[in-house]
Amino acid sequence: MSIHIRGVSKKFGSFQALDNVSLEVPHGTLLALLGPSGSGKTTLLRIIAGLEWPDAGRIEEDGADVTDRHARHREVGFVFQHYALFRHMSVFENVAFGLRVRKTPDAEVRARVDELLHLVRLDGLGNRKPAQLSGGQRQRVALARALAIRPKILLLDEPFGALDAKVRVELRQWLRRLHDEIGMTSVFVTHDQEEAFELADEVVVMNQGKIEQQGTPDEVFEQPATPFVIDFLGNVNVFHGRVENGRAFWHGVPIAYPDYPHAQARPARVYLRPHELDIARLAATGSPAGQNPNHSAGEEPSLLAEVLRVSRSGPLTRITCQPHNSSGELHVDLPTATARDHSFQPGETVAITPRNVRVFLPDPEYVI
Amino acid sequence: MMRPRSQPASVLPGFSVSASITALVVTALIILPLAVLVFRAASLGPAGFLAAAWTPRARAAYAVSLGASVAAACISSVLGLLVAWVLVRIKFPGRRLLDALVDVPLALPTAVAGLVYSTLYVERGWLGQYLVPLGIQGAYSRLGIVLVLVFVSLPFAIRVVQPVLESLDSDTEEAARLLGASRLQTFLRVILPAILPAAATGFALALARALGEYGSVVFISGNMPFKTEIAPVLIVSRLEEFAYAEATAIAVVLLAISLTLLVIVNLLQQRLAQNAQ
Repeated sequence: MSIHIRGVSKKFGSFQALDNVSLEVPHGTLLALLGPSGSGKTTLLRIIAGLEWPDAGRIEEDGADVTDRHARHREVGFVFQHYALFRHMSVFENVAFGLRVRKTPDAEVRARVDELLHLVRLDGLGNRKPAQLSGGQRQRVALARALAIRPKILLLDEPFGALDAKVRVELRQWLRRLHDEIGMTSVFVTHDQEEAFELADEVVVMNQGKIEQQGTPDEVFEQPATPFVIDFLGNVNVFHGRVENGRAFWHGVPIAYPDYPHAQARPARVYLRPHELDIARLAATGSPAGQNPNHSAGEEPSLLAEVLRVSRSGPLTRITCQPHNSSGELHVDLPTATARDHSFQPGETVAITPRNVRVFLPDPEYVI
Repeated sequence: MMRPRSQPASVLPGFSVSASITALVVTALIILPLAVLVFRAASLGPAGFLAAAWTPRARAAYAVSLGASVAAACISSVLGLLVAWVLVRIKFPGRRLLDALVDVPLALPTAVAGLVYSTLYVERGWLGQYLVPLGIQGAYSRLGIVLVLVFVSLPFAIRVVQPVLESLDSDTEEAARLLGASRLQTFLRVILPAILPAAATGFALALARALGEYGSVVFISGNMPFKTEIAPVLIVSRLEEFAYAEATAIAVVLLAISLTLLVIVNLLQQRLAQNAQ
């Protein structure tokens, strides 16, 4: 079932939780709402579920307006962050709840609950109380309970937030397979970009009640649309530079930036991802401008810097450098094997060449 | 002092000191007076005890006490749940004031309550002038007894349920609604089982309070033997006749009834609590 959100706004007192948000979730998609706390992602999820009413805007499912339909009649599956299991009921009765209130015949309830407990790999635990289960097991009970009513839409609020790292990764992969098997439309809220990128077909980055960017994980990661997105994704070198005459200047190193052909200089922010920088050893001659003296026409300009630290973390090695003509640090990530071949040492001078640069001007109309 | 390794140090310091104080307090304040009570009653001998405590008038008084107290505790429990719900879940102007008013029956001398209630419900009272023509006797009747007992026991029923309602997650209610439960189904299947143990405790406290109440009842019931005389009033009238041993005999029976009821309610409460967890 596809979901169409059209111009939804929501205020809590004076706090604008959602500001004219429009979003389309095609049938069968697993979509992640990614953002910091207070960005409105949970409010949007609750509005899709019918737990909150939008102040303005409409919600459509398969083209039918469901904005005024109560949560009880939406028939969506919803998994709460803290599971919200019924503590006084057994696991079996928790899962059966949606069927029982529909007055489903007992034999049918039994068959469906057993099937679901098998699906979430909790066979034989039907008689336990939620308090007797681990966090991961409770999460799966919550999921089975939500799926019992055969929802066309599954909504999950920070589904893995309260679990430890190993269980989280396992459940994530399991949820992805489950989504594909059942073929529903799923939306989940997370503040964990790794979770969003690994699990989702589509990622929606939210900030201050607005959508900053929507796209596939690759699109969002490779082409962050706004400074917020690139900042939120993190692990990036940020520099304050300037743009003029079709070039951006990064520590005095000119980089082609045809989007700004004007002669008047403007301040700009330059973003460089650590894994998108090339690093090469250089004879320690140095040049006053901090620019590579070997630099000739047609070659990418590069920045001279001194290696401060080399630290390995798993498959990547991070080299921390200081540009010759400025303070501030610059991180370069290399595959550990490559780094080992070069064996960069602290104190030596290297030339750093960006493969990919993102420049954002303060005025949004110049954003690339 | 070294402790044996197998016995971990208690989290609470000074166990022996605090246990001694507890034992002393319980003995001095509860067990000793009760023992004196039983001792005095026993001085009558079995035949004398029965003659004093099991007269038709005394039996009628137990029945009135018990019936009115159970009725009042039931009403208080239901009303208390409702008031607690409103106080916890609904934000309205004056909520803090209402919250403070709940404790008034605890602080007010109950005799005042009895007097005020009887003034309200007598034939020419504010409420009585409309109710008495309809055949509703609020004063000098069993209904009057139940009314004042609800007044004195209601705070207990409210205050016990209130914190449990506060701690209840709205998540579970939303989950029930999303699974298709109606409001009634959500209340009966999700909320009620969670608060039932606390409601049972509230019932027990309200019942205990009602069984022992004297001051307010004496002013509204009219104290007619066989009709509106409760056991505590009968005890006092025996005392006024200087029949101390007879008075203690009635008190022992009332005590036995109260204890039995409270033990039953407590056992029920434990079962409910186990179920809810």
